[in-house]
Amino acid sequence: MNLLLLLGAPLLTAIAVLLSRTKQQVRWISLAGSVVQLLFALLLLFVFRAERSAGQAAQMLFEQNFPLIDALNIHFHIGVDGISVSMILLTALVVIAGVLVSWNIEKMTKEFYFLLILLALGAYGFFISLNLFVLFFFLEISVVPKYLLIGIWGSGKKEYSANKLVLMLMMGSGLIIVGMLGLYFSGGHDFDIMNLANAQIPTDRQNLIFPFMFLGFGVFTALFPLHTWVPDGHSSAPTAGSMFLAGISMKLGGYGCLRVAVYLLPEGAREYANIIIVLSSIAILYGAFVTMMQKDLKYINAYSSVSHVGFSLLAIGMLTQTAVTGALMQMISHGLMTALFFAVIGMIYDRTHTRMVNEMGGLMKVMPFITTVLFLVGLCSLGLPGLSGFVAEMTVFVGSWENDDVFHRVATIAAAMSIVVTAVYILRAVGKTAMGPVTNPEHLQLKDAAWNEKLAAIILLAGILSIGLAPGWLNELLTPGAEIIVNRIAGK
Amino acid sequence: MNELLLLMKNELMVTAIIFLLLFIKVGKGMNNDRLLPLVQTLLLANLILGFFFNGEGSLFGNMYHTTPLIALQKNILGLGVYLISLLCSDWLKKTAHLAEFFLLMLSALLGMYFMISGGNLLIFYLSLELATIPVAAMTNFDLDKKRSSEGAMKLILSSAFSSGILLFGISLIYGITGTISFTELPQLADGSGLFIMAFIFLFSALAFKLSIVPFHLWTADVYEGAPVPVTAFLSVVSKGAVAFILMTVLYKVFQPIETTWYLLIVILSVASMLIGNLFAVRQQNIKRFLAFSSIAQVGFILVGVSSGDIGSSTAVVYFVLVYLFSNLAAFGVATVIGENSGKENIDDYKGLYQTNPFLGWVMALALFSLAGIPPTAGFFGKLFLLTAGGSKGSYIYLLIAALNMIISLYYYLRVIRAIFMDQNDTPVPAIKIGAAPKLGMIICGIGIVLTGMMGWIYDYIQSLH
Repeated sequence: MNLLLLLGAPLLTAIAVLLSRTKQQVRWISLAGSVVQLLFALLLLFVFRAERSAGQAAQMLFEQNFPLIDALNIHFHIGVDGISVSMILLTALVVIAGVLVSWNIEKMTKEFYFLLILLALGAYGFFISLNLFVLFFFLEISVVPKYLLIGIWGSGKKEYSANKLVLMLMMGSGLIIVGMLGLYFSGGHDFDIMNLANAQIPTDRQNLIFPFMFLGFGVFTALFPLHTWVPDGHSSAPTAGSMFLAGISMKLGGYGCLRVAVYLLPEGAREYANIIIVLSSIAILYGAFVTMMQKDLKYINAYSSVSHVGFSLLAIGMLTQTAVTGALMQMISHGLMTALFFAVIGMIYDRTHTRMVNEMGGLMKVMPFITTVLFLVGLCSLGLPGLSGFVAEMTVFVGSWENDDVFHRVATIAAAMSIVVTAVYILRAVGKTAMGPVTNPEHLQLKDAAWNEKLAAIILLAGILSIGLAPGWLNELLTPGAEIIVNRIAGK
Repeated sequence: MNELLLLMKNELMVTAIIFLLLFIKVGKGMNNDRLLPLVQTLLLANLILGFFFNGEGSLFGNMYHTTPLIALQKNILGLGVYLISLLCSDWLKKTAHLAEFFLLMLSALLGMYFMISGGNLLIFYLSLELATIPVAAMTNFDLDKKRSSEGAMKLILSSAFSSGILLFGISLIYGITGTISFTELPQLADGSGLFIMAFIFLFSALAFKLSIVPFHLWTADVYEGAPVPVTAFLSVVSKGAVAFILMTVLYKVFQPIETTWYLLIVILSVASMLIGNLFAVRQQNIKRFLAFSSIAQVGFILVGVSSGDIGSSTAVVYFVLVYLFSNLAAFGVATVIGENSGKENIDDYKGLYQTNPFLGWVMALALFSLAGIPPTAGFFGKLFLLTAGGSKGSYIYLLIAALNMIISLYYYLRVIRAIFMDQNDTPVPAIKIGAAPKLGMIICGIGIVLTGMMGWIYDYIQSLH
């Protein structure tokens, strides 16, 4: 399968959106485009599995390599392994849901969808690129859409949040640039990830570059203490913006931490693993406790994201194969879950015009569909078996437990305890919103989800359930990639 | 004779245009509506012809020499002047002395051409003066504005001072080595304290033209006072030319004292980036804002200049091209708004997108490119400069440069926010943009979007070395 299709589909959609005349056209073109993207992603999944089961054992499949700039040895090198395939699938699901929930945007509709699709384009490009330069290009391409989406269509203190988010992410980019150039000059003037993996980079150089790379991508994935953009950014963004930010953008960071920082600099990863564990344990617990104090649904989900993403980073720091697989599962599970959570919050907010938990109550009677989804996603967040959250977190804990020294065990136990706290805040927020008498009589007139909202929720729920009920396929996809990374760390 | 014609064709063509303008002025004269398209056409012809028959060779006993790379540099400057003539046509049409204006601008351009091609310190000095004095006269072209003459006064006084220092440096160099030829100097340079002092004198004159901190104090006032086309010319064409000659001077003439100038460049570039950025944060007037941002951009160019190999020279030429598109697009929008509504402050741009979406997008593209955000070419330009600068292996220097990109993003976003997000009761009214400025903006926009994507441009520049 030609991976350029994954870039061509959003690009053509974006151009078509720009050329279209009415708002209705814009919406349908975007929807058609995102359906095509989802079909391509599913096709990629099946073709990939077929190739693998036919015995195709190369690390990357469907590789293409075009020279971009000879003078600097920059190639447009793309290819996928199981990790990228699953990330692409996640992106496609979130994109289609994001397009659907934004159906009623009336303000500058064309620009909105254009930016949304540009954001998706960046994510696809990021996940397929095997050249650091190209990867960085696609990472950065999302800066403009993020800023404008939050700043124009956001709510609350949107200008402040947009500025904070973009500047903090830019700081991450600044660190990544330095790390990237460090790799370029240490690895024989090459940006290619596959070549750099084979280059012998001296240990002291690895120890020097690793923090730049890991912190840089860490900013994107809300590594403590660089997570402060998350609550403001997510809560101010429009619904689709929050979904993309939490569902896709934060995963770019996690993927980058793993694929670039840990994979290319294994000795650096060993050196700093304990620091990563400490930071992410703090993030997990701190995120969970801060969430308990929140009253705004979006803030609840934003802070709980910090906590949940912490699991991924914790698992990366554990450096065992199961843990790394768990980290990737957690990224995908969290991506789907949090996107759905934001979607539901958006639906509720569109109707009640409030996100404050204590101003709502008894919504189950008024809008059963939306509230049921809210329940499901809440249960997924607290790790109920049968939903994706359980599978991912369980894998993370099992993988972490494989390290048998006191330090790792304490960190694992601390992280696992946060689940109790999660249960408290999720049940309290969801229960208060959904159960009991209808506190605000005006809420009695509210309508349940429209077709587009139902469809968006069902698509994301299908993803969550397919991982929760039958995690085998995802495991098969992720394990070989994780194994290669962990083997490099172990020095094999 | 043939050789002379071919090698000096850029200079000869510009001279021909100058004489043509002179004859028109002395003769019957021509009104602006006809003269301006004529000049634009001539400049375009000059630009197109500039890409053909580029040879390599020296003339007049090595006083003048050219290579395909130098020809490309000249074409980049020519492109800048052509774009200015398009973008600023609203202002140009109104001016009472259009022919004189272009006479001066093209004389300055001619000076820059000779400067880039110069083969010894004498022609270098002469052409630098030719490139400066007309600009001072141009700065004064808003005859009824006090600020304009104030800016011209500041420019002429401070450039006279810097010329004095330059001459002093040149005479010291001649005293030490006994030669002024660029080809002989590297062998005779002894690296003594006196020689380094002479170098610093010479360098500070160039730093003055580039407005590198601490030689930048004239910049903001002159930029603010001068008419927008002059500001654009100063900040893009003039800086580009000096950046080109700076590389020749450093890499060829002062190659023996590389360790000295490396340190100097690092310190000055960090200072320029920091001070330019920090001052830009507080600016209200869009011209002053772009003045300080251009100081920071020059600091960034110096990152690329610092390492002194082929890669850095390529990266700098590439970046100047990108910077030309981006900065001229920004000035283009500023002049269209300024001429049609008289508004020059960032606060006046609030709500611009609602009334003038085209101008809003062009400005946004230009500023994102200046900030180095993909998919614009500025991203590639900055990354190439950093790659070039990184070859010396100083990670702290790279980190400082990368962190400066954040500060610069902060203030570029201020303008973007005003255009797209802020509400305004009295926004800039909907402007009908003339054909020429629109063409200029479209060229700049295409340049901003495509220069980066087309990797072969970088390869092409590299292949000319």
